[in-house]
Amino acid sequence: MKTKIKKCIPIYVMLLPGFLYLLINNYLPMGGLVMAFKNVNWQKGIWGSDWAGLKNFEYLFKTPDAFNITRNTVCYNIAFIIVNLVVALLFAILLSEIKNKLAVKCYQTVIMLPFMISMVIVSYLAYAFLAGDTGLFNGLRRNMGLNEISWYTEPKYWPFILVIIHCWKSVGYGTVVYLSSILGIDQELYEAAAVDGIKELQKIRYITLPLIKPTIITMMLLNVGRIFYSDFGLFYQVPMSSGALIDATSTIDTYVYRGLITLGDVGMSSAAGFYQSIVGFILILVANWITNKYSAENALF
Amino acid sequence: MSETNKKVQVIANIIMAAATILILIPFILLFISSFTDSTEIALNGYSFFPKKWSMEAYAYIWKEKSQIFRAYFITIIVTAVGTTASLLITMMYAYALSKDYFPGKKFFSMFLLFTMLFNGGLVPTYTMYTRYFHIKNTIWALLIPSLLMGAMNVILVRSYIQNNVPASLTEAAYIDGANEYKIFAQIIMPLSKPIAVVIGMFIGVGYWNDWTNGLYYVTDNKLYSIQQLLNNMLKNIEFLSSNSAASASAAGAVEIPKSTVRMAIAVVGILPILIIYPYVQKFFVKGIALGAVKG
Repeated sequence: MKTKIKKCIPIYVMLLPGFLYLLINNYLPMGGLVMAFKNVNWQKGIWGSDWAGLKNFEYLFKTPDAFNITRNTVCYNIAFIIVNLVVALLFAILLSEIKNKLAVKCYQTVIMLPFMISMVIVSYLAYAFLAGDTGLFNGLRRNMGLNEISWYTEPKYWPFILVIIHCWKSVGYGTVVYLSSILGIDQELYEAAAVDGIKELQKIRYITLPLIKPTIITMMLLNVGRIFYSDFGLFYQVPMSSGALIDATSTIDTYVYRGLITLGDVGMSSAAGFYQSIVGFILILVANWITNKYSAENALF
Repeated sequence: MSETNKKVQVIANIIMAAATILILIPFILLFISSFTDSTEIALNGYSFFPKKWSMEAYAYIWKEKSQIFRAYFITIIVTAVGTTASLLITMMYAYALSKDYFPGKKFFSMFLLFTMLFNGGLVPTYTMYTRYFHIKNTIWALLIPSLLMGAMNVILVRSYIQNNVPASLTEAAYIDGANEYKIFAQIIMPLSKPIAVVIGMFIGVGYWNDWTNGLYYVTDNKLYSIQQLLNNMLKNIEFLSSNSAASASAAGAVEIPKSTVRMAIAVVGILPILIIYPYVQKFFVKGIALGAVKG
C-alpha cells in the first residue's frame, strides 16, 4: 500500500492546484452560507457574530420582494426555455435542409455572433434602440407622428424586451446543439423516406424530431435544473439598473447583488442567497434524477 | 432536384437570410451611429441612414485614449495569464482523473462534480474574497474568482484523454522509465491539443468578456478592464475625460458629442472580438457540440 501511494504522489501533485482552487472558490463560500443565520457584525467576524435564528428569512419573506424575485426568476426562465427551444429548433432544421454549404456556414457564423459578446456590449446595443431621446425606436415613432415611449421607465415592455434579447444572444448555442444532433442522424433513413415519397414536413415530423428528442429533453432538463438562477448581466446590465424597472426586472441574483453592494444589507441578501442555493440545489438534483432515468449517459452522476 | 425540394431550399434560405439580417441589425446600427454627426442624432436619434456623417466621436476618443489603452492592456494581460493558468490547472486535474485507478480517485471526482450542483452564492464568496483574502483592487480579483477552473471543462478534457490517448502509449512510456510529469508534458499535452484549443477559446473569451469580477472587486480605475471601462461609461459618459488631467484644466472648452461617443466606445470594445471571431468560430461550434453531448 505504501509503495502504491508513493507511486501516486505525482498524481496528487497534479490534482493539488485544482483541488486548492475548488476548495477556496467553491467550498469555503459554502461554509459562508451560515451568514444567513447570523446577525453579521464585521468586528466579531462571521463565526463570532451572534446567531439570528431565522430572523433574516422572516424579514425577507415578509417583504413583497421575495415573491417578486422568485416569480421573475422562474417565469423569465420558463419563457427563455420555450422561446429558445422553438427558435433554435427551427433554425437547426432549416440549416440542415439547406444544401449550399457556404450559405449554411454564413448563417451559422452570424447566429453564433451574439454568443461571443459581453452583456456590457449588449446593453450598449439595446441602448441604441431604446434610449429615450436618441434611440432608434423613439426616432421612428417621432417620424410617424407617435409620442415617444420612455422605455427605461416603463416596466410593462420589459418582459418582451428581455425575452427578445435573451433569444438573440443565446439562440446560436441551441442551434449548434440541435444541428449537430440532426447531422448525426443516419442519412439512410431520409433516403428510404424519399423512396417512399414522404413529404418534407412529414420527414421532419416523423424522422428528425423523434430522433433528436433525447437531445431536446436533455437540454430542457439542464435548463430546468438551473431555473432558480438567472443571468445577472441580462437583468442587471441591460435595464441599466433603472429603479423604475425593478419590479419587472429584478431576479434573485440582482436582488442579492443590490442588497449586498448597493444597500449593504447583508442579512437580507445572504438570506436570499441561501434560499437560492438550497432551492437551486434541489432542482438540479431532481432534474438530474429525471435525466438519469431518461438517458443515463447524459446525467451528471 | 425535385420541384418540392427546390421550394424547400428557397423557403429555408429566405427565412435564414432574414433571421441573419435581424441578428446583425443591432451591430449595424451601432457602427453607423458611431459615424453619425451628433447634432443630427440630437434631432432624429440613431438611424441607419444618417444625412450627415462624422468622425468626431472617434476624434474625441483618440484624445482621451490613455485610459482606453490602459484598460486594453489590463484585459490582454488578464486574458493571457488567466487562460494559460486555467488551461494548465484544468488539464492536470483532468489527466489525473483519467487514470483508471489511484487511491482517492472517487473523492477527487465527486469533489469536482459537486461544485456543479451546489454553490455558496455571491454573499459568502464576496465576503471571503474581500474580507479574508483582501483581493479588492488587486489584479488577482480579475484573475481568480469564478473563472480559473470550471468542472465542465475538466470533464470535457478528461473524456477526451480517455477516448483519444491510447493507454498503450502511456504504458510504453512507463516502461521506458518516464515519470508522470514527463508523460503529462510530452504525451498528454501534445495529444490533447485539439481539446485544449477548444476549451482554451471558451476560457479566453470568458476572461475577455468578464465584467462581473471588476464590478464586484475593483473600484480603482487604474485596474479597469475594457469591459469595466465600457460599463462605467454607459452610466457616466464623462468618465473618460473626468479621469484625464488635461481635461480638468480645459473643462468646458470641448463639448463631448455624448450620443456618438457612447456608440464609438462600444465599437472600440467590440472590434477585437469581431476581428478574431471568423477564425475561431469553428472551435466554438465544436465545443458547444461536445458540451451538449456530455451536458
